[in-house]
Amino acid sequence: MGSNRRCEMAAVGARLLRDRERVLVGVGMPNLAANLAKRLHAPDLVLVYESGVIDAYPPELPLSIGDPDLVRTSLCVLPIADLFSQYLQTGWIDVGFLGGAQVDRRGNLNSTVIGPYDRPKVRLAGSGGAADVASFARRTVVLIPHDLHRFPAHLDFVTSPGHPPGTRRAGGPAHVVTDLGLLDFDSEGEMRLIGVYPGVTVSEVRERTGWPLRVASEVQVLTPPSSDEVAVYRALAKGKEAPIG
Amino acid sequence: MDVLTVREAVRRHVEDGQNLYLAGFTHLIPFAFGHEIIRQGRRHLTLSRATPDLLYDQMIAAGVADRVVFSYAGNPGIGLLQAFRRAVQAGEVEVEEYSHFELIARLEAGAAGLPFWPLRALDNDLTRLRARPRVKSPYGDEDVAVVPPLCPDVTLLHAHCADEDGNVYAWGLLGEVREAALAARKVLVSVEEIRPAGSLRNQRDHLVLPGFRVESISVEPWAAHPSYVQDVYDRDQDFYLEWDRISRDPAATSAWLERFVYDIVDRAAYLSLWPPERLSRLREAARIGVQ
Repeated sequence: MGSNRRCEMAAVGARLLRDRERVLVGVGMPNLAANLAKRLHAPDLVLVYESGVIDAYPPELPLSIGDPDLVRTSLCVLPIADLFSQYLQTGWIDVGFLGGAQVDRRGNLNSTVIGPYDRPKVRLAGSGGAADVASFARRTVVLIPHDLHRFPAHLDFVTSPGHPPGTRRAGGPAHVVTDLGLLDFDSEGEMRLIGVYPGVTVSEVRERTGWPLRVASEVQVLTPPSSDEVAVYRALAKGKEAPIG
Repeated sequence: MDVLTVREAVRRHVEDGQNLYLAGFTHLIPFAFGHEIIRQGRRHLTLSRATPDLLYDQMIAAGVADRVVFSYAGNPGIGLLQAFRRAVQAGEVEVEEYSHFELIARLEAGAAGLPFWPLRALDNDLTRLRARPRVKSPYGDEDVAVVPPLCPDVTLLHAHCADEDGNVYAWGLLGEVREAALAARKVLVSVEEIRPAGSLRNQRDHLVLPGFRVESISVEPWAAHPSYVQDVYDRDQDFYLEWDRISRDPAATSAWLERFVYDIVDRAAYLSLWPPERLSRLREAARIGVQ
């Protein structure tokens, strides 16, 4: 994926975060997009990392969620047990900002295995806190590149639960940001295309999705990154090979 | 409580077949203990840890483990743990897998001496594979999921300092260190430095464990490298990137283990293999906050 598409993805992801919200930030692209929001329209966004770090404002993009720079700039660092049981489980996290290897039409995420669990073709890192964040955050936003492998008709494994069959649950996936556009979930909890970047067509998105994708009656063309968004993105991404997802 | 070298602590207290928890979430990872366990040739271990990190990748590559209990087996911010991934794909190690919340809840049950710990998390394929039970609240209609206790035979950890009575002090990101220690039968601790008995009483807010809960203290500066000790030395990010490259190649992984683990006698010898400028840069970064 080119750096322009990465920048568009980060900008669209960042715009979904509102000032003063508490966002639990995953590694990779979510980390980049949340730090972008914090530096632009959401200066009082509270960045929370599953390592227990509350309200970090790192001078540079942290490599891991447990970096010394995150700790140095934080309001506090909680024991992980406290963060998960007393803050996340009780609904104090507004947004879970997640990556993943695969997402399906219900917003279920797989970050565990490709192939059978007992003898995987590719063994991935596993849940970490993602299954818990998907359970408890008031909404989740997923940032993931858009291709047939990552948008399959059937997931090999459900690591982080999305919307149950046929219904939309309270909380759960609200948006999916990809390198083609922006998707949300309709009242039945089914993923739906609502926006594309300039130059991307709806049929291209459909071709790169592993099921017959629902499309909103009006698909907006997403506003390209502003000069401020581009400048901050470049400063953050400089020298980093931030993996996506 | 004894003051022992890392070698002696492992020789006396770590046995084949045990369930070990080498604690520390990104921060304070006890690499010196892990390398010593490899050198002493322990086998058939169950390695428990929320985030296996590079340390368990190295221990798995060295063949010490039969089983890994974990919740996130990645190289944080970089990618996957390649030796772990190869071993799992080849069926060489068994995995027992949780979400972070579930794994930490297991430690809380262990630390509190309770038969289970409740949590509200939704089901996923992991909980379905494991048939995670639920219990009904005796105080209402709710039912909640439960997980069983995790009680390591030995928890090993690294901390900033201890006093001569074995009281252990650390600060910064503590992750699940306290729960992992209190759930264990024995706790072995390495520290950057040791101070006279009673001299750290004014640091009580940083106390991690009282000495009566500790089996041994080992004074081992840099024991957490390439992870970090807040305010003492920063995380060696370059090595986390280098390991991604090394660990993709089984031969390069073995060569690294020969040079940095098997061929040396102790941590001082390990440190002599790194350019002094690199280590002083990590120390400086911890002091002023850039790297």
